[in-house]
Amino acid sequence: MNLQNIPIKIGAEEEYSIGNLRALFTEIATHLERLMRDGASGSIDLNSLPFAPGEYEQLRQALGQGEVSARIEAIGPSELIETRYPGVWWVTHYNVEGDIVADTLEITIIPEIIKSQPEDINTGLELLRARLNEEVQQ
Amino acid sequence: MNGHDTLGERLAQQGISRRAFLKFCAAMASMMALPPGAATAIAEALVKAKRPSVIWLSFQECTGCTESLTRSHSPTLENLIFDMISLDYHHTLQAASGYGAEKSREDAMKEFFGSYLLLVDGSIPLNDGGIYSTIAGRTNLDLLQEAARGAAAIVAVGSCASFGGIPNAKPNPTGAVAVSDIVKDKPIINISGCPPIPAVITGVLAHYLTFGELPALDHLGRPTAFYGETIHDRCYRRPFYEQGKFAKSFDDEGARNGWCLFELGCKGPTTHNACATTKWNGGAGFPIEAGHGCLGCSEPHFWDAGSFYKPLPAPAADVTTVAQAAAVAGAGAAVALSALDRAKRKRAQQTREKLTVKDLN
Amino acid sequence: MNPELLLWVRSTGLQIAVAVFVLGMSYRILHLLMLGRKRSLAEARGSEWGGGLRTMWRRSFVSLALSPRGKFTVVAGYVFHLGFFITFLFLSQHIDLLRAVLGIGWPAMPRGIIDIAAVLAIGAMIALLVHRFVDPVKRLLSGFEDYLTWTLSFLPLLTGFMLLRGIGFEYVTLLTLHIASVELLLVAAPFTKLAHMFSTFIARWYNGAVNGFKGIKA
Repeated sequence: MNLQNIPIKIGAEEEYSIGNLRALFTEIATHLERLMRDGASGSIDLNSLPFAPGEYEQLRQALGQGEVSARIEAIGPSELIETRYPGVWWVTHYNVEGDIVADTLEITIIPEIIKSQPEDINTGLELLRARLNEEVQQ
Repeated sequence: MNGHDTLGERLAQQGISRRAFLKFCAAMASMMALPPGAATAIAEALVKAKRPSVIWLSFQECTGCTESLTRSHSPTLENLIFDMISLDYHHTLQAASGYGAEKSREDAMKEFFGSYLLLVDGSIPLNDGGIYSTIAGRTNLDLLQEAARGAAAIVAVGSCASFGGIPNAKPNPTGAVAVSDIVKDKPIINISGCPPIPAVITGVLAHYLTFGELPALDHLGRPTAFYGETIHDRCYRRPFYEQGKFAKSFDDEGARNGWCLFELGCKGPTTHNACATTKWNGGAGFPIEAGHGCLGCSEPHFWDAGSFYKPLPAPAADVTTVAQAAAVAGAGAAVALSALDRAKRKRAQQTREKLTVKDLN
Repeated sequence: MNPELLLWVRSTGLQIAVAVFVLGMSYRILHLLMLGRKRSLAEARGSEWGGGLRTMWRRSFVSLALSPRGKFTVVAGYVFHLGFFITFLFLSQHIDLLRAVLGIGWPAMPRGIIDIAAVLAIGAMIALLVHRFVDPVKRLLSGFEDYLTWTLSFLPLLTGFMLLRGIGFEYVTLLTLHIASVELLLVAAPFTKLAHMFSTFIARWYNGAVNGFKGIKA
């Protein structure tokens, strides 16, 4: 068979699945139950899962987009969305080149990375105080 | 050397926010194949970590390992790792060369004696006094032994340094050996692969820098976080293997439907590495996903373990010729001994020997 | 387990085992044939080869009622042998090996059938061993060689099944054990009753031939 005659399939068909998604949903459900019962957060590292071609996109479609989306710029962008299942957040960290450096599902009230950090608040407070002092002096 | 203050101090100096630092720790946790919750522990440890000196020695190698490491990642986050270490010597990457460069290596080794991290890629040739690979007139063997003396730990990067690699393949004309064949009294971690996945190299370095010790190792000295499972264990084509759906040639129907590549020589079942999950080129894919069987490049003697294109059950040596020779020898022996036996029987008949129980046994 | 060990059993170990097996078997069988038979000077009444081939075929179907070995032994023996052959000859990984050594291959059977065949063969072997202990006649007749050949035949089946299902140890360990157990079987075969794998058919032929010569339908 000629190399030219081999058809090229871009991406993958929707039906291609090796059952990863069902297992993943079960795990997410377990985490949600724990969140409700004990208030304990959980996370799933998507980088470590062997997705078949197309399954990652299927996961995106299945989890969908909820009411919240956030973007952080800290040494490259980070994107957070709450999926259509409240409490299930999809957190993706990118470096400045746009490669994914961390990709997790966090089952929590709010992901840690969004919250303002005490050290940064302190630094900001000092800057604000310095600014107020300047204005007073003028 | 002034750059050896803690990471926390350096980050504050560079104006990096705590949130950015947490993002970096999340990336590190993912890189080290730790559970995502470990990012907090990493943050606590890293803030206090001091920058250790790192010496990188390249021996009988193709530079693929250095290429893999420097090619893969993008600048800033991974550069933080290199910002976290003080790479005091790397003859390929550094701008300096000549006596000055060698002297700075010697100075670093003296100042940080007992605490620097030694990274080695390439095998060490031993034949003919080790002359097949030298730097500045000194043999690799000599350089390794000297550098190992003051090292806190040694990281053998790539299959050549870990197991001898391609130079070690039959007939091994240079007498190439692994680092662990020469250094016996220091902790050695083998990051095998030809080349290793770059994320694995940086993950191990990150682990050492964060926790100050080498991660858990398997019986071949490889970190179990990345080499604990085989490609086969995590291969997305595994369902096809279990169902017996194998591609028979490289562009047949089965191959195009993504069937298992076992019959096309995939060594996935006997190869320990993280290719099936961590993947290559920033997670773009790995050989099996691209339609080619695993070569087994992170295992010892992978080059001598049978053809890359013959399935795993096929022998790794010539059995057919041996069988033919054995058949000829057996037949020959049978002919010879039968002739002797027939002569014995004829003689017995002629001399009218009596048949006894002994003859029937 | 050490990957160097796996490499050895796949190369040198296999060469040694195959050499001993082929040399031993070809010597034993050829020697047997070349010792010859006493020539009968009578006139042939029927065909030797006709009788021989016919008996080879017919002896494969044993009359349970007439067999002196007992129904259990015959049935269990058949289950073991059939299961063993199906597993050995029709599992695709084995066909890969034989194709690499002999140059020819053939289609494989579905994994489900192989699994059933393997389990039945293992079960039959265990049952046969138990029977060998429990039945007083068999126990009296059994010696070291019987238990040795049982073990050498059982280990490849057991390790193979564990390997395919991933039971107990990791793949590299199980593969090494499986190949090593097969090599032990190959090395021992020419020197024990396992040579029956070739001599059985020769013996059946001979019985048929002797009778066929005399014109008897045996």
